[in-house]
This record gives sequence, C-alpha cells and structure tokens, in this order.
Amino acid sequence: MATVDFAVGIGGENGQGIASTGDILARIFARRGLHLVAYNAYQSIIRGGHTFLTLRASDGPVRNLGDKVDVLIPLNQDSLDRHLRLLRAGARVVFDGDKLKPGAVADGVQLCPMPMKQLCGANKLAANTAALGATLQMLGIESEPLETVIARQFKKKGAAVVNENVGIARAGYEYAAQHFQSFPVKTPKLPKPQAIITGNQATAMGGAAAGVKFYAAYPMSPSTGVLMWMANHARQLGIMVRQVEDEIGVMNMVIGAAHTGCRAMCATSGGGFALMSEAVGMAGMIETPIVCVDVQRAGPATGVPTKTEQGDLWQLLGAGQGDYPRILVAPASQLDLFRTIPELFNLCDRYQCPGLVLADLLISEGTASVDPADLDFNVPIERGQIIFPNGNGNGDATNPASGYNDDAYWRYANTESGISPRAVPGVPGHIHIAATDEHDEDGTLISDEFTNPAKRRKMVEKRGRKLQTALSRIAPPQLVGPPNAGVTLVGWGSTEGVIREAVEKLAGEEGIVANHLQVKWLAPFHAEEVTRLLSHAHRIIIVENNYSGQFARYLRSETGLAAHGFIRKYDGEPFMPHHIVAAVKEQLAGQTTLSVPVHEVVA
Amino acid sequence: MSTAIENPPPTETPAPALAALTKDTYKSKIHPDWCPGCGDFSVLAALQTALFELGLPPHQVLVISGIGCSSNLPGFMNTYGMHTLHGRSLAVGTGAKLGNHELKVICTGGDGDGYGIGGNHFMHVMRRNVDLTYIVMDNQIYGLTTGQVSPTSRKGMVTKTTPQGSVENPINPIPLAIVGGATYVARAFSGKQKHMVEILKGALQHRGFALVDVFSPCVTYNKENTYPFFNQRVKLLEETGHDPADFHKALDAGYQWGDEIPVGLFWRRTDLPALEDLEPVLHDGQGPLAFRKLGLSPEQAQALVRELL
Repeated sequence: MATVDFAVGIGGENGQGIASTGDILARIFARRGLHLVAYNAYQSIIRGGHTFLTLRASDGPVRNLGDKVDVLIPLNQDSLDRHLRLLRAGARVVFDGDKLKPGAVADGVQLCPMPMKQLCGANKLAANTAALGATLQMLGIESEPLETVIARQFKKKGAAVVNENVGIARAGYEYAAQHFQSFPVKTPKLPKPQAIITGNQATAMGGAAAGVKFYAAYPMSPSTGVLMWMANHARQLGIMVRQVEDEIGVMNMVIGAAHTGCRAMCATSGGGFALMSEAVGMAGMIETPIVCVDVQRAGPATGVPTKTEQGDLWQLLGAGQGDYPRILVAPASQLDLFRTIPELFNLCDRYQCPGLVLADLLISEGTASVDPADLDFNVPIERGQIIFPNGNGNGDATNPASGYNDDAYWRYANTESGISPRAVPGVPGHIHIAATDEHDEDGTLISDEFTNPAKRRKMVEKRGRKLQTALSRIAPPQLVGPPNAGVTLVGWGSTEGVIREAVEKLAGEEGIVANHLQVKWLAPFHAEEVTRLLSHAHRIIIVENNYSGQFARYLRSETGLAAHGFIRKYDGEPFMPHHIVAAVKEQLAGQTTLSVPVHEVVA
Repeated sequence: MSTAIENPPPTETPAPALAALTKDTYKSKIHPDWCPGCGDFSVLAALQTALFELGLPPHQVLVISGIGCSSNLPGFMNTYGMHTLHGRSLAVGTGAKLGNHELKVICTGGDGDGYGIGGNHFMHVMRRNVDLTYIVMDNQIYGLTTGQVSPTSRKGMVTKTTPQGSVENPINPIPLAIVGGATYVARAFSGKQKHMVEILKGALQHRGFALVDVFSPCVTYNKENTYPFFNQRVKLLEETGHDPADFHKALDAGYQWGDEIPVGLFWRRTDLPALEDLEPVLHDGQGPLAFRKLGLSPEQAQALVRELL
C-alpha cells in the first residue's frame, strides 16, 4: 500500500526550463526509489505557448498521470490562472510572490508565495530552482539530492553556475521550512533506486539490445527522440545512423540495409509512415525483415504535432497495396517498448516480414521510472533462416559456396511453412534477385518470363501462410480482474495503465466491479482467445484515444463481437482515470453508449 | 550473451574453388524482354563486359534498379540483384552499401525513375558522395507506360501526354550532377558500346558517387532521339582534349547540345572521401555491419543503464 501518491505540475512558457526542471525532479524521486510517470503537455492555444508538465510519484506503482495536482509551480501568470482553480484542498501553489498574483482558491489550498528577487538575486531564470527547493522541503525530502542533481545538470556550465544554483535551491528550501506548512506524510525513501526513461529512449535501447546495426529516420515529432538517442550512441555501439531526406528514403534505406543482413529499424509518426507505406509493401514482397515504429500523434495531415492520439491503427493495418503478412504490435508502456522491440525483431527475422509498432506521444515522449534490473539487454537473438557468407553470421567460418550461381538455391522456395532460407548478398552460390514484381521461387520475375496464374497463386499463398505459427509465439491478452464483473473495459496499447487505475477506482470509490482486457498484439490477432474472454462479458466498453473507434471496428472485424459502449477521447490529451470512471457510471446509468470525456483544461 | 541463433546447420563440405570468370558468367538465364533494337541491350552488355574486365566476382556485386523498362536489367544479370520500387533504387542502394560496404553496388534505372519520381534521392545521394555507380538509361520518354513525356524530353516534344508538344524545360542531368556534388559524371551512348565499357569501368573503379547517363534510344516510343539522331551528333569528349578536372569546362560541356552533343567523362574529382570513409562505425576492423555479431556487451549495457540513473 502506497504511503504517498502525489503529482507536481509545472507550467509556463516554452523556454522557461520546464522540461529540465521536470527532469531534475524526476531524477530526485527516482533516485529515492519512488515510481513515477511524467508527461509534458504542450499547449499552443495562446500566444507564447503554454507548457504544463505533470509528474506523478508514489512509493506504490504509478501507471498514469492520475487525476490531481498536489504541488503547482506556475512560472508565469497565465499558468497560475489556468491551473489554480483546478486545485483541491491540501494542494500547494509555489510561485514568485513578487511577480504573480493568484486569484481565488478553493478552501484548503495553500498559497506559497516566494520572494524570488531576494532568493535568486540577479538570476531571473532560477525561480524554478528555488521553487524546487521549496517543493522538496514540503514533501519531506532533504535538500542534498537536489543539490547533487543540480550539480549534475549544470556540470557543463562550470563550478560558478553550479554553486549559484545550489545556493538558490538551498535558499528556497530554507524559506519553505520557515514559511510553509509541510505535507503531513513525509515522502519515504525506498532501498532500490529507479531509473528514468522516456518511451523514445526505451525504443532506441530496445533496438540496441536487439542488435540494430542500421537506423535511419527523418525528424518528426513525437518520434525524433529515437533518432537523437541513436545518433548520440551510434559510434559507441557500432550503429550506422542516418538522417535521410524524407521518409520514403528512410524506409527504402532501411530495407536496403536489412537486405544485406543488418537488423535495421526506423521510427516516425503517422505522416512519415504514410510516405513509407509503399516501401513497407516492398519489405513484404521481397520478404525482408524490418522494424518501423509509428509514434502516433493527433492527425490527420499535420494534425496536432504535440498531442497524443491512437489514430493510426487502420493506416498500419492497411499500409501498402495488396496482401502481405505484417506483424503489428502496440506496447503499453516505456518498459514494454524496450522489451517488445527485440521480441519483434526475432519474429520478423523468423517470418521475413515487416514489423510495425504503434506507440504514441503519451508513452514515447512521456517519462517513467523503471527498475534498472528490468532493463535487461541480454535478450535472445533469433535470426531465423538466414545464410551469411560465413555460415550463420555468428563467427562460424563455414562457407556454403558451391559456385557463383547454384541452381539448387531458390530464394523464395515454396516450403511448407512458406518461409524460405534467406541468403544475403555476398554469399557465393546463392545469387538471386529480390523483386517487387511478382516472382517465382527462384526469384525470376514472372512478368519477365511469362505471366502464369498458377505461379502467382502459389507465391501469394506461400507468403500468406508464413504467419500461421506466429500466434503461438506471442502472448495472448489476459483478462485482469474478476471474471464475472459487470463491466469489461477493453483497451489497446498505451491506455493500459489508466484503464487499470480506473478499474481500481470503480471498485474502490464507486462499488462497481469491472475487469480489464488490454490488447497488445494486433496482427496477427488472437481472435479465438479474445472471443473466448469476451463472450461472457456482461457489458463490453472499449476505451480508445480516437474519434471513430478504430479498435472497436477492428475487434468486430476479427471476432464479430460488437461492444456495448465506447469511451473515446480525441482532444489531444490522454485519458485520466476519472474520465473513464465517470464514463462508465453514465453508461451504467443508461445515459449513453458513447462517452467523450471533457479534458479539464482552462481555456 | 545468449544468442540462440536458428540457422540451417553449416555445410560440412569445404567450399569448392570458384570457377574462372568469363563474360557469360555475368549473364542470367533470363533473356531480356526489351523491344528488339532497344538501347538497353547495349548497356547490359557493356556492364557485363566492364564487370568481367575488372574481375569483380558476381556474388560480390549487387545491382539495384527501380521500375521501368530499363529497371528490368538486374534480372538479366547473374549477380545479386534487387528490383525495388519506382524511383527508389538510390535509397535502397545507399542502405545496402552502408549495410555491407564491401559489396560493389550498382544502381540502374531510367530517366523517369531517377530524375522524376526519384529526384529527391538523386540530389541527396550526390551530396553524400555515396560510393555507388548509377547508370541511367536515358531515353527521354516513358517507355513501359507506352510513351509519355519524361523529365528529359525535349521542350516541344510531342508525346501521348503532351499532344501539342511539351512546354516544360527538361532536366539536364550532367550539370545537375556536377553542381550536385557527384564526383564522377559521365555520359555514354548505346551506339558506342566500347566507349561505354570504358566509361563504366571508370565509374566502377571510382570511389564515390558516379553518374553514367546513357543515351539509350527507345526505338518504339521515341521517334525523335533515335540512333541516327545520336550517331550524327555525339562527339567523344576524350577526343576533344577535355579536362575532366576542370569544373567550369565540365559545366560548359554539360550544357552543350545541338549539332554536337558530347559524350564521355565530363567531371571527376578524387580528393573527396565517400560517405563510407567518413563513418568510423565502418572502420573498426569488424567488417561489414551486416555480418557482425549482434547484441551488446555487459559493459555497454551497464553504461546505457547508468545514463538513466
């Protein structure tokens, strides 16, 4: 049972150091062993922009951003005005008393004005540092960790800057001790420090663990973090990283590198993926394994580049013309991204097909704590039926050569499994052509020889049956909670944490018994398993971050199951637990079957 | 590091010595399906001859094309080949070259493929100076789609999609490549195959991006830029005392068009590194990326986790 569960909100304009303030705080909490998630909501609704970072921490599990803010640190008047009236009793507002004027507050909200001119001296940008000091004091955390992390943060700027900021942090800390009331429960210190990771870092690190040797991308929010991590670690890890002229070039380069035998990967967002689509089909046709991550943002077109959505499901399901096998997976969290990438590479290598990941801004730009021991890079690497010049690419110096052109080798041999041994260029005796035109088993283009319906059918079926055994290799979804619950909430991908908490709240606060099914592997789809799990559900409610119910339609197409109700959000912001709780209540009361929660942002 | 690699068991028999190369070694069992008289036959033969004369083993050559009549070329070669998407051969080729920089990568295609739909990759592969040979079979028409205007069709040319004559200026690939950063820029003509062999050998031996634009007449759909048209006009640069190290003269020659049209090596510089030379990742003694052992060392993994603490 958690003893503390609090959220800190930091708001202001772009350029006020909100992200780095959040990083400092996250690092302090994680080093203390607390679990956390952090999410930076960019809001472009007013001049100058408004950024609001929420960081929720607890000594128990933290799966989402929660419903409340306990400490508000507004760095400008606008931010104070927007968020002050959302605070509830017990919350603190730490602000520059010389500059900002608070309006009316709810009973029990403690205003904590700080004399920033006096505390920060000439350093006008250091108000957030003083506020951090005050916040930690009220949370019952000693000042040393802040000083250590500040020293780390400002190390590059020299000792003078470090000393100045440490001094300001200490002044803020001491000012709070003298003037503000601390929270009743001191934040505990746990024995095991946590690491902090964004989903984009986790994606890149998962790729590194999988043995990615080639990474290409075009910068596109919110996926650019993967490219930046890769670029920063390329030389240290022996990865070829390229920023390419466009996403068409990205996917084609990735396929070129993968064709030679590299594990190759890219990440983008929906718009970039749209440009890649034709080439994803090429990977399907020439049977070259690649992994592509779509970090979804609100669409269509440019949409809202800094807002989250689960709107690309059908785009990825339908990417590229024609039929071809693809694997599609939607991880639930940062750690899940890290673990899924190597698993997906093994599947793609085995089945020689493209693997697509549906992430989203919420988990990919969002930060979470992870147990460092869970970041296990020692993952199984299974390359499937691949032939390298030295045998199997693992140092065995056996040469499979039998001449320049061994007629006995057919790259697209029509095997029972549909999977054909894949020789990479450079292997003597295995010369072949990999063509996007339909081709025969030996690679010969059918259109160059003669068009033959029987051959075409044979090759379509060969590719088509490759994934027949894939379902047995991926984990089916699990129903969490009492089997006979009155409500079954179904979600996919990044909503897992918030739905789980909503289920707990429904039981704890509303006396409503619900269970929860979260789907991760979307293609191939565990239709039988899902049908079995849902066939006895009393009321199926599908929760997703899009307008049209993309998963609801997919579920129906794969299982014939029609849900009873829907909770959808497409305003760019993620779900909060109370959104789902309130929606379930109104649906149980018979008020609606489609709930669209309103995000409580002050306009 | 547990690496449960699933692979066919390595063959026990020692590798037999590779057979001696002949020109025929480079010919696939598939006969070209081009129209009789197509200029592309000559390009295919010249490429096979150039590879033979340079002694490049077929399994270490990867020929990558886009889509179009000329892009069928890899299917007629007994080398590794890829027949990719329309316009994408250079992007795929860049990835393949970086994945295994020991391969000789040759990209082929037509004028529509390379200068039209693939134009963006063309620009960027040149500035990167990727070590590729790019052969464009330039027939100034879309052939496989049966005769539409192409990026290199003459202004005024009547095609099926410009029935009153094209009003657009064509691309001139030679100056474009010279200013775009290509380090070997040449033009050949299907009617001069021996000359083309020498141009291709120069391109294949060049370290960096080499463009060989080939006048390869479409005998079916281009009734203007025919063999007789070029036979009357082409002039070998090598016979004019042209200095391919002279940037401005190279540009002047590239713009020359009319009664005399130069073919040959316009521009070459050898003082610039290729992209592969600039990436330390490829020069740590571990060979091609594609053949390296996967996975991180425990020390590497620990260092990555430490960054997050």
